[in-house]
Amino acid sequence: MSSAAAQSASGSGPKAERFDPSIAHLTHVPRRHYGRWIASLLILIVFAYVAKAFAEGQIDWKVVGQFFTAQSILSGLGNTIIMTICAMALGIALGVLFAIMVMSPNPVLKGVAVFYIWFFRGTPLLLQLLIWFNLALVFPRIGIPGLFEARMVDVMTPFVATLLGLGINQGAYTAEVVRSGILSVDVGQTEAAKSIGMTRLTTLRRIILPQAMRVIIPPVGNEVISMVKLTSIASVIGYAEVLRNAQTIYYANARVIELLIVAAAWYLMIVTVLSVGQHFLERYFAKGQSRRKTRPAARPTLES
Amino acid sequence: MIPIVVAADVRKAFGSVQALDGVSIEIPAGQVMCIVGPSGSGKSTLLRCINQLERIDSGAIWVDGELIGYRRVGDKLYELTDAEIARQRLTSGMVFQRFNLFQHMTALENIIEGPVTVQKRRRRDAVDEAVALLERVGLGAKRDSYPSELSGGQQQRVAIARALAMKPKLMLFDEPTSALDPELVGEVLSVMRDLASSGMTMIVVTHELGFAREVANEVVFMDRGAIVERGSPQEVLVHPQQQRTRDFIAAVLA
Repeated sequence: MSSAAAQSASGSGPKAERFDPSIAHLTHVPRRHYGRWIASLLILIVFAYVAKAFAEGQIDWKVVGQFFTAQSILSGLGNTIIMTICAMALGIALGVLFAIMVMSPNPVLKGVAVFYIWFFRGTPLLLQLLIWFNLALVFPRIGIPGLFEARMVDVMTPFVATLLGLGINQGAYTAEVVRSGILSVDVGQTEAAKSIGMTRLTTLRRIILPQAMRVIIPPVGNEVISMVKLTSIASVIGYAEVLRNAQTIYYANARVIELLIVAAAWYLMIVTVLSVGQHFLERYFAKGQSRRKTRPAARPTLES
Repeated sequence: MIPIVVAADVRKAFGSVQALDGVSIEIPAGQVMCIVGPSGSGKSTLLRCINQLERIDSGAIWVDGELIGYRRVGDKLYELTDAEIARQRLTSGMVFQRFNLFQHMTALENIIEGPVTVQKRRRRDAVDEAVALLERVGLGAKRDSYPSELSGGQQQRVAIARALAMKPKLMLFDEPTSALDPELVGEVLSVMRDLASSGMTMIVVTHELGFAREVANEVVFMDRGAIVERGSPQEVLVHPQQQRTRDFIAAVLA
């Protein structure tokens, strides 16, 4: 078999005539995937059943449509988006800062960063949110002596408490992501940067972080998407985001599922838009990396 | 002759391994010096200490007349800051075994990065010079290619251009052809040969004994963290005096 294949491949030798070249023009028929057809059919049946159940269930779709663009829902949506942006910005800023501190040779900075990551990753987010919101119980007044002073209850609004709670908690996770991104960049890059006279900070800014972004973007994209949904837990301390406002409405009109569907649809829409954005961001930071020729498969990428 | 590099009793250990065991050497300006020796002999470490990529445990190194890494106050040596060390590194250019081109930058961007970001020169001037340097290493057509699109030999030539763009007084080569496929070694050596004939001071750690014999003014043989033998290529590579040198050359040529 193998020797015959070798012979026909070389196309020479007296035995080549044994093969029938006239079949070369016959049509190739791909293998049929019966398993896939059966699986598709089963899934269609299940899907139709679920769709039927929802269509016949006690859901008033008119109410869903009516509240989909209600003033209160839209303003809640706005608050959700604003909080996602602010908390994520705070989280990324703290994440980069603490990632650099964790990797610092300075034992004091390193210690502070290790403690920060340990503390905020080690306690539930809901608990942190409640602590921030109730901080006035411990510190009734806040300020710098002689400069300004205010009552803590006035400062720690639901917005501020949510921002601090989500942002600082997020920073602890992002710090680990940024650290792994920095570690993914070859030490040779740092040495080359030093050899052309760059200081440590310039090396980080110009050489290391831009390359670390390739590794950092996918998990941070995931975290932005989680953050959109995490803002919903701020409803417990009265931050008027989309879920909170949906709840306020259904407390009044008892259309619980309808309003939850409205909220779910809006979350899905935001997340879909963000996923598309993440795709383009990943492509941008992959420049110079995607067409690797000289060192193929130098580093396996772990992207989901 | 004015020495460009002076090392006095330099010691450096990695854990229990003594990489440099009291190295003293004067390297004259305007010459090509090749350092050869078995792996682990400390030759790369010596080069990296000259560029302060490694910190020495004891001893002293002067580059271009300046004590590097430390400031002498009385009878103590105080370590310099990050910024001062960065400034001292500008005297020398370094070419690495693994090229270490910035992966997220094109060939041209790699070359102008130092002049623009570190030396704060005008971007347009830096680009003009970078284009000329790319022509000089025979890669004028590759200015907009990323490192991943270049062969090893092309990457190493861009790396040489990147180091030259800083206008160093001294070029350090750390096994510049060791990571290359055999057919790509020649193009890199030819660029280095041109550089040598232009009068650049070069210290080359290499396994290419042919290149050393042809281009070097002086050859140093190192073993176990010490300089065993030093002299003209003829003396060290053809008629070595020391048994260790003879064994090494026999092993390489075998």
